[in-house]
Amino acid sequence: MKMKDKVQPDRRAFLSTAAMTATALAAGVVLRTVAQAEPRSEAADDSVRYGMLIDTNRCAEGCDACVQACNRENGLDLQEKPEGAEDGKWALQKAQWIRKVQVQDNLTGKRTNLPLMCQHCEHPPCVDVCPTGASFKRADGIVLVDRHICIGCRYCMMACPYKARSFIHQVVEKKLTQTPRGKGCVESCNLCVHRRDNGIESTACADACAAEGHQAILFGDLKDPNSPLVKALERIASRQLREDLALNTGVRYAGV
Amino acid sequence: MKRIVYREWKLAPQRYWGLLAILGIIAAIGGLASWYMEHHGHWVTGMTNQVIWGTPHVFAVFLIVAASGALNIASIGTVFGRKIYQPLGRLSSLLAVALLIGGLLVLVLDLGRPDRLIVAMTTYNFRSIFAWNIFLYTGFILLVIAYLASMMDRKLRCYYKPFGFFAFIWRLILTTGTGSIFGFIVARQAYDTAILAPLFIAMSFLYGLAIFLLVLLFAADQDQRPVGQAILNRLKNLLGIFAATVLFFVLIYFITKLYKAKNYELVYFYLLGGGHYTLIFWLGWILLGLLAPLGMVFHPVLGQERRWIVTASFLVILGGLASIYVIIIGGQAFPMSIFPGKTVLTSDFYGSIAAYAPSLPELLLGIGGFATALLITAVGIRVLQFLPESLADEEIDPHFSVKT
Repeated sequence: MKMKDKVQPDRRAFLSTAAMTATALAAGVVLRTVAQAEPRSEAADDSVRYGMLIDTNRCAEGCDACVQACNRENGLDLQEKPEGAEDGKWALQKAQWIRKVQVQDNLTGKRTNLPLMCQHCEHPPCVDVCPTGASFKRADGIVLVDRHICIGCRYCMMACPYKARSFIHQVVEKKLTQTPRGKGCVESCNLCVHRRDNGIESTACADACAAEGHQAILFGDLKDPNSPLVKALERIASRQLREDLALNTGVRYAGV
Repeated sequence: MKRIVYREWKLAPQRYWGLLAILGIIAAIGGLASWYMEHHGHWVTGMTNQVIWGTPHVFAVFLIVAASGALNIASIGTVFGRKIYQPLGRLSSLLAVALLIGGLLVLVLDLGRPDRLIVAMTTYNFRSIFAWNIFLYTGFILLVIAYLASMMDRKLRCYYKPFGFFAFIWRLILTTGTGSIFGFIVARQAYDTAILAPLFIAMSFLYGLAIFLLVLLFAADQDQRPVGQAILNRLKNLLGIFAATVLFFVLIYFITKLYKAKNYELVYFYLLGGGHYTLIFWLGWILLGLLAPLGMVFHPVLGQERRWIVTASFLVILGGLASIYVIIIGGQAFPMSIFPGKTVLTSDFYGSIAAYAPSLPELLLGIGGFATALLITAVGIRVLQFLPESLADEEIDPHFSVKT
């Protein structure tokens, strides 16, 4: 057998490696193109500031549709009480992003119902105190936690003036892709950030409240003068909770 | 005053290894407790989304505060030139490093994600006092080790003064940082005040000295090394002065708080109506932790007796833990004033005093931190020359004269 007729293993290996590399590169290029086409790959920018107006006059006593919707949307209803945990303590240990509160004025006796959640402050104390920067504010005003660098020190929970944050006290078995969750990290309302990234202009709580016919929660862009939110804020007197702290909250309340 | 001779701790091997075994076992139990909490999650503890920092933080903050205070004895010798304190500088520095390591260990092991410690060491947000503290704590350990080297190595003796001075300034900043972890929390009424920084500094003087006194007397007794009345008198008088200083700052804290009408309920909670928090405040912190030791060390007869000085030091430590418990847990239990002028009707999360009961794993982790600090000290004084051979008056007191 002549030399040139012989199979050259090196050449064959080279060709197969080259073919595999080309295939992988092509697939990468295609995937990158697909990824770029998705709205979620666009960075949030400060041309918008998301926020809410909660009209407590419309918020009904005994209704917790917003809480239930939030729990479903963010997989909070998938949390399971660990075996052996006490009911009372577990209620304070499981993560909850919205809490329904009823308050009574000490002077007049007037009762007010409202949902309380992260207020998405312009100057969030939770962001200031976080040692690693895991607690951060997006350019569009949404305050949230980067679960990759949260070390679970809970200083943000100490600093939050609204007790809006939850620590994951248990091993998490079930979670939604859109809301990853893991033992030992902190989380709170993120204004349904996955909806923002998918171009849906609402939150689960606002939708649920509207579906109940109350329309106490109005979500929108605080920077858009024509948005229903800004129009409503111009029309109805509203205030920030703990406005003495001058945090310029993204969530405003009317009738409190 | 003669030349001070330092010697390794010459405890009989059986006693020494027995001591190490006991401390090692307690530290290991603390380690197991933290593993248990980490494995299951924090639901096994008393901590909730209301009381976020629990008993581990009480121990950790106590140890960290005491660590900077333990260095005080060395600082008095170096910075303020008091010769009688200088022989104690080595032990004081060792104890400072050991207590800080013990405290930091507890703090780190209570993190939700202790495995991400490397993230905390590499990713910083410099607006956070926590991030500053990471540098303050590691810097303190390095600086005190350098300071120790300048005391123990003749060739480095020229750095004794500058290192000592720098370490003193650093420790003041460190405790300011620890106090400010709480002082900067504007959200909670019990915190949100700059006075927590000097209060923590005063507490560090007191708690660090109490631990130092107990360790010194125990180590000297076990090895039959004399401790003269002159140094003992100075140390116990200092203990009394520091206790009075803490009392002063506690008083100022409440007077400052009382100046705002919005804080009336907070002051009422602490001083009268806070249930077991009020009890721990008055009985644990003020009576047993400050007034009783004050009475003991300044009593003309009892104050001269070693066992009363030891008792006073023990009480200061117990009172110290009570004080941090009241500050950390009580401060979180008191409801935030989100709706001033209104009463929260239907929420067990807002508006009421939060419930908290320490769990066993939390306690064991905290005690494990203590044991680790003492373990480091015990090994340190055994293998290196930290302890003076004698602290008898004629050896160390520059003003000593034989009474005739």
